[in-house]
Amino acid sequence: MKPTDTSNPDYFHKVVDCQWACPAHTPVPEYIRLIAEGRYSDAYMINWKSNVFPGVLGRTCDRPCEPACRRGRVEEQPVAICRLKRVAADSKDDIRDRLPKPASEKNGKRVALIGAGPASLTVARDLLPLGYTVVIYDQDPFAGGMMRTQIPKFRLPETVLDEECGYILGLEPETRFGEKISSLKSVLAENYDAVFVGCGAPRGRELEIPGRQEAKENIHIGIDWLSSVSFGHTTSIGKRVIVLGGGNTAMDCCRTSRRLGGEDVKVVVRSGFEEMKASPWEKDDAMGEGIPILNFLVPKEFTHKDGKLTGVLFQKVKAEGVGDNRKLLPTGEPDLHVECDDVLVAVGQENAFPWIERDIGVEFDKKDMPKVDEVTYQSTNPKVFFGGDAAFGPKNIIWAVAHGHAAAVSIDLLCNGHDVKVRPADPHTIASQKMGIHEWSYDNDVSMDLRFKVPHAPHELTLRDVNMEVELGFTKELGFKEAQRCLNCDIETVFEKNLCIECDACVDICPVDCITFTENDPEEALRTHLTAPTNNPTTQELYVSDYLKTGRVMVKDEDVCLHCGLCAERCPTGAWDMQKFYLETAQACGR
Amino acid sequence: MTYIAKPKLRHPGLAKNKLGFTHRDYEGRISTLCAGCGHDSISAALIQACFELDLEPHRVAKLSGIGCSSKTPDYFLGQSHGFNSVHGRMPSVLTGANLANRDLIYLGVSGDGDSASIGLGQFAHCVRRGVNMVYICENNGVYGLTKGQFSATADKGSKSKAGGTNADSPIDLVSLALVLGCTFVARSFSGDKHQLVPLIKAAISHQGSAVLDVISPCVQFNNHAGSTKSFDYVREHNEAMNRIDVIPARTEIKVDFEPGTTEVVRQHDGSYLKLAKLHKDYDATNRAEAMAHLQQRQAAGEVVTGLLYVDPEPEDLHTHLGTVTRPLNRMGEKELCPGSKALADVNAGYR
Repeated sequence: MKPTDTSNPDYFHKVVDCQWACPAHTPVPEYIRLIAEGRYSDAYMINWKSNVFPGVLGRTCDRPCEPACRRGRVEEQPVAICRLKRVAADSKDDIRDRLPKPASEKNGKRVALIGAGPASLTVARDLLPLGYTVVIYDQDPFAGGMMRTQIPKFRLPETVLDEECGYILGLEPETRFGEKISSLKSVLAENYDAVFVGCGAPRGRELEIPGRQEAKENIHIGIDWLSSVSFGHTTSIGKRVIVLGGGNTAMDCCRTSRRLGGEDVKVVVRSGFEEMKASPWEKDDAMGEGIPILNFLVPKEFTHKDGKLTGVLFQKVKAEGVGDNRKLLPTGEPDLHVECDDVLVAVGQENAFPWIERDIGVEFDKKDMPKVDEVTYQSTNPKVFFGGDAAFGPKNIIWAVAHGHAAAVSIDLLCNGHDVKVRPADPHTIASQKMGIHEWSYDNDVSMDLRFKVPHAPHELTLRDVNMEVELGFTKELGFKEAQRCLNCDIETVFEKNLCIECDACVDICPVDCITFTENDPEEALRTHLTAPTNNPTTQELYVSDYLKTGRVMVKDEDVCLHCGLCAERCPTGAWDMQKFYLETAQACGR
Repeated sequence: MTYIAKPKLRHPGLAKNKLGFTHRDYEGRISTLCAGCGHDSISAALIQACFELDLEPHRVAKLSGIGCSSKTPDYFLGQSHGFNSVHGRMPSVLTGANLANRDLIYLGVSGDGDSASIGLGQFAHCVRRGVNMVYICENNGVYGLTKGQFSATADKGSKSKAGGTNADSPIDLVSLALVLGCTFVARSFSGDKHQLVPLIKAAISHQGSAVLDVISPCVQFNNHAGSTKSFDYVREHNEAMNRIDVIPARTEIKVDFEPGTTEVVRQHDGSYLKLAKLHKDYDATNRAEAMAHLQQRQAAGEVVTGLLYVDPEPEDLHTHLGTVTRPLNRMGEKELCPGSKALADVNAGYR
């Protein structure tokens, strides 16, 4: 293998699994260390800069970082990164004087944002300090988008959302809330320099089976129903409720039902329990509230009597085959009739762009989705950008934020006459953390604690009040202990081959057998003669040095490195050093 | 010296031996020696060898004297028996332990000061008696704990870190062991675990005195230009006589090598030592030839390593003394203290 090129920031960035996996590339280990130090405001600001909604995401994020977490590869569970973010948000001081101020001078450019959800608000935050005039449109009277209408308040209190939307509204965008856009052409006619479409995926998928029309009074589309609950229009539901669908919306629907009078609430999914799209913790929370999840049942018919829903008829199925060949086949058993008073349909969401004219240069693909560049978020009309669920279909808040940052960069480049395809580099630094012979600027002792559980409020209280937050969040003490589980993967092991005397001290001390001094070979062969076998070759690379004095090379498998720094402590010549890699994604406001 | 304990988390794919242990189960406490010390590599090699031999840790006893090397038993086999004895007196304490319980595997860990200076007499007598043990001398040619004076194994003409030149002749423990009738004599280098680990395994399986002289650079006081015990010097002058493979007892052995290139030595315990010859004319079972060859090579400035001599049918101290086969701790009071009449009979036998 060729020596690893560590001058490319991607190399060390990939070692920080959580940050690499995060769509917004939030510097996770850095803020976790700050939490352990009790510097909650500093931890919050790192988050705020990167993901804009730390308080919201600390409660609702889909956490792509956690399955990536290295800790999950050396013990049972990853660090509770998401809930630590909440600790920073809950425990911070008043940080308002650390936020950017409204621009004192306008730059004369005008940008329209359609929808006031996470994607649009991110664009607004990135562009407003630069002097852009930003106009935000939304059909609802408040900012927040799906964060407000679809996420129940028992998961995300309104105060948290108001606070973080407020930080952006404090930058003084022009808001046209309560104004539904019916024509993109008319928006463009207002002579904006750029238009960002961040309207989400606002249409809940229908379930057209017999009885749908006849019993429509008691059959509700999940996201519309959640929105209606959120705005206080809906305050009750029948005692027996069936929720159809296995995603997070279904979980929100069933748990909300339990709080609005539903006593016998069931979730029914077509496929298996394991295949459900809902996050595992959302399923756990639902089941913990006494909601059974029935699987392998395909809805056939809504049954009704005298125009009133009486239940749902299901066909029993089983799964056969795997992957693309996986099919659900009838078992042949008699159909199952489940009685109920109300049904909530949460079987997916769709994008809908009836308000975008097809003759204004915005092209659509076969699936009727706009053609959007995956790097610049620009549509085929150079002035029109898309982001969030509106760009590539339903994803999560953290994706919307990432799209928003990138689109803001594009808009800023466009408005300054630059090529939007020439992207600014992500600013990063790497610096030694050595403080003494065996002292580092970080706590390198590895905690053996298992993942801590977030305390919950008792069901007796939470099931009575649809607005009462269920999770209490980690206390500062628990937050500290959980933070200590972080392996500090951003403190990189950096090897200087000219200093190495090949004494083997690092090989001998490494607790996870990461390091090998060996004859060089192509990667596949090299992986077979490492000190420890490699079982994760696709996610982590081998760090290979140039040839050493004995003609061998140093090979470090990054996969399960604990970043404990013992290699550097036991190195007599300082050939190993622990260096902190810090990367922030390029943002328009940092230009 | 390191402040933190070595994290207990381990590589999820680590190999396990027949006992279900990984090599990490054979570790001891974290080393307090200087970073990069050759002795730590020897500890790691001992860990690896015991792991590969599927040794039950409670069947091993580690004994040592005084010095950097003699501290190391704390850093491997944390679940085994250990005794840190007086300076230079490890061999006699170990001999006593061995007489009392012959069922344990004895690792005597010493250094060049502990073995070639204060303990030279002990070394000699322990070896000539054939105590069944592995005698490891972690040899760095320097008194590290007192900041770098020449030890008795320092080569004539080698330079100290402070700039002095050694005028005295070195004591060569390998040659000495050969003269003393040692039945297993080997030399290795801490920086070459591929050689060292199999040699330790062979030494442990040898049922007699096994002397293993391991050159172990002192990174702090003897790893400079002019030293003959530095990483660079040993790597440049290392002349391995053979490469050894230890094949456990009851393994079918295939003899499909060219004669003259590989030699197979069947040991008393049924295991085999497969020696890949790197020097065609070197015969590791001929003591006289080994001694002559060693002298010639060393005179030419080579650091001769590998398995230098092995007697496939060794005798040990217990055979010489005709002792009982059972360890003393498994005998009852009656057998151990047979009473005054038995004592009188013994005394009468000497009259």
